[in-house]
Amino acid sequence: MDLMEKNLELIEVQKLEGHTDRVWNAAWNPVSPILASCSGDNSVRIWEQSSLSRSWSCKTVLEETHTRTVRSCSWSPSGKLLATASFDGTTAIWEDLGDEFECISTLEGHENEVKSVSWNASGSYLATCSRDKSVWIWEVLGGNEYDCASVLNGHTQDVKMVLWHPTLDVLFSCSYDNTIKVWWSEDDDGDYQCVQTLDESTNGHSSTVWAISFNAAGDKMVTCSDDLTLKIWGADISMMHSGEGYAPWTHLCTLSGYHDRTIFSTHWSSDDIIASGAGDDAIGLFVDSKQHDPVNGPSYNLLLKKEKAHEMDINSVQWSPSKESRLLASASDDGMVKIWQLETTP
Amino acid sequence: MVSGLINENPTVYERKERRVRTDSTNSDEFSVEPIDQLEIFDILFFDFAFINIHHIRDIRDPEHPYSLEQLKVLTEDSVEVDDLKSYVRVTFTPTVEHCSMATIIGLSIRVKLMRSLPPRYKIDIRVAPGSHATEAALNKQLNDKERVAAALENPNLVEMVDECLSPSFE
Repeated sequence: MDLMEKNLELIEVQKLEGHTDRVWNAAWNPVSPILASCSGDNSVRIWEQSSLSRSWSCKTVLEETHTRTVRSCSWSPSGKLLATASFDGTTAIWEDLGDEFECISTLEGHENEVKSVSWNASGSYLATCSRDKSVWIWEVLGGNEYDCASVLNGHTQDVKMVLWHPTLDVLFSCSYDNTIKVWWSEDDDGDYQCVQTLDESTNGHSSTVWAISFNAAGDKMVTCSDDLTLKIWGADISMMHSGEGYAPWTHLCTLSGYHDRTIFSTHWSSDDIIASGAGDDAIGLFVDSKQHDPVNGPSYNLLLKKEKAHEMDINSVQWSPSKESRLLASASDDGMVKIWQLETTP
Repeated sequence: MVSGLINENPTVYERKERRVRTDSTNSDEFSVEPIDQLEIFDILFFDFAFINIHHIRDIRDPEHPYSLEQLKVLTEDSVEVDDLKSYVRVTFTPTVEHCSMATIIGLSIRVKLMRSLPPRYKIDIRVAPGSHATEAALNKQLNDKERVAAALENPNLVEMVDECLSPSFE
């Protein structure tokens, strides 16, 4: 299946209106046709797809909990819990009870705005990060209990995003200090340390790094930045799976010249398409060129660029986990969430 | 909080006369005028007679009652605008090289433009090259959208910004 050979278009399926301020993040539920979005209006909206009409509507609004902007949201691997990170310094955990959501716990500790939250692959750990420069790891105990397991210091500035590796308990964070840090507990005793820092000296970004995303296999990752580039990184993770110690990440490729404003979000689909969303109001889609260059390594081509996908900055792009169709959600400063479908035009 | 003023004796310049636009050849009331440098300049400096554009007079230096124009913090050359690209860049000169008020001034300029320009506009704010000790750090902070958003949720900061912009609400 060579995507580059087809005429592909990103078609707008539906526009989800309702938020009364910018939408910062959108997250697909891993098991059901549900989408969560969070906003500067201090609320989280849960959108559900009707099995009959296939259209999306707002099922519920989670409000009156966070007292400031909700910056990001993340579903647990089981799809039953939703974590929401807020500028009010807290992270709320919500349980889907069917007809409503209940806030079952509030994680406190960060000194100021929480920017991002991420669940590990098994749902046994949560990670959060903040403008206070720290990354916190929380252990998920039974009975709606969450315990702070670790406070990780190392970044010298505001931490923008945290993300657990898709298969290993390795944590990644990216920051206003222009670096990406990798955190690992070698003895698996919960004692996480920073085992690698990807900075300018290792072909890293030259300005704030806003987001990270892994491919399905977990052996490649893409990062995006205020320096207007996307960078692809790779690691020999089979080494880590077989317990041979830490496998370092190396720079593979830099994608530049596609966006002329800060790239706020990037997401790698399960069928290998990288999406980007930026301050130029455009969505970019990239694929591996499949040119096997032994010297320069892999290279990526622009599949398509959707200009004016929104009327204002795009803050988040997320591929749906659904295998049926290539759906992409985007969230913007214009207050909208849009659902797109990548289709071949006849 | 520093008790004394950081810049006790600022140099005050003459205020320019308000300019009257003479190119009123377009009599179609529904036509949209492209936004140009003069208009942005006026947004930052003067009142306007047009009913549908609420521009304010001046932005004040937080330490002094004089306007940013009078203190030469902003000049005509401060504004670069491209209406077709919906882009504006404002370059300002803080009154003192180590002026900690530069963040408030920069934030005020951004808020003023955000409130006056159509939402399609991309706004970049920076300090004039060579005018501030921590120029790069200041520029980065002034243009980090998330940091600006969080700052504008801080009631104390919002109050200071509104103070700077207050001559407009007379």
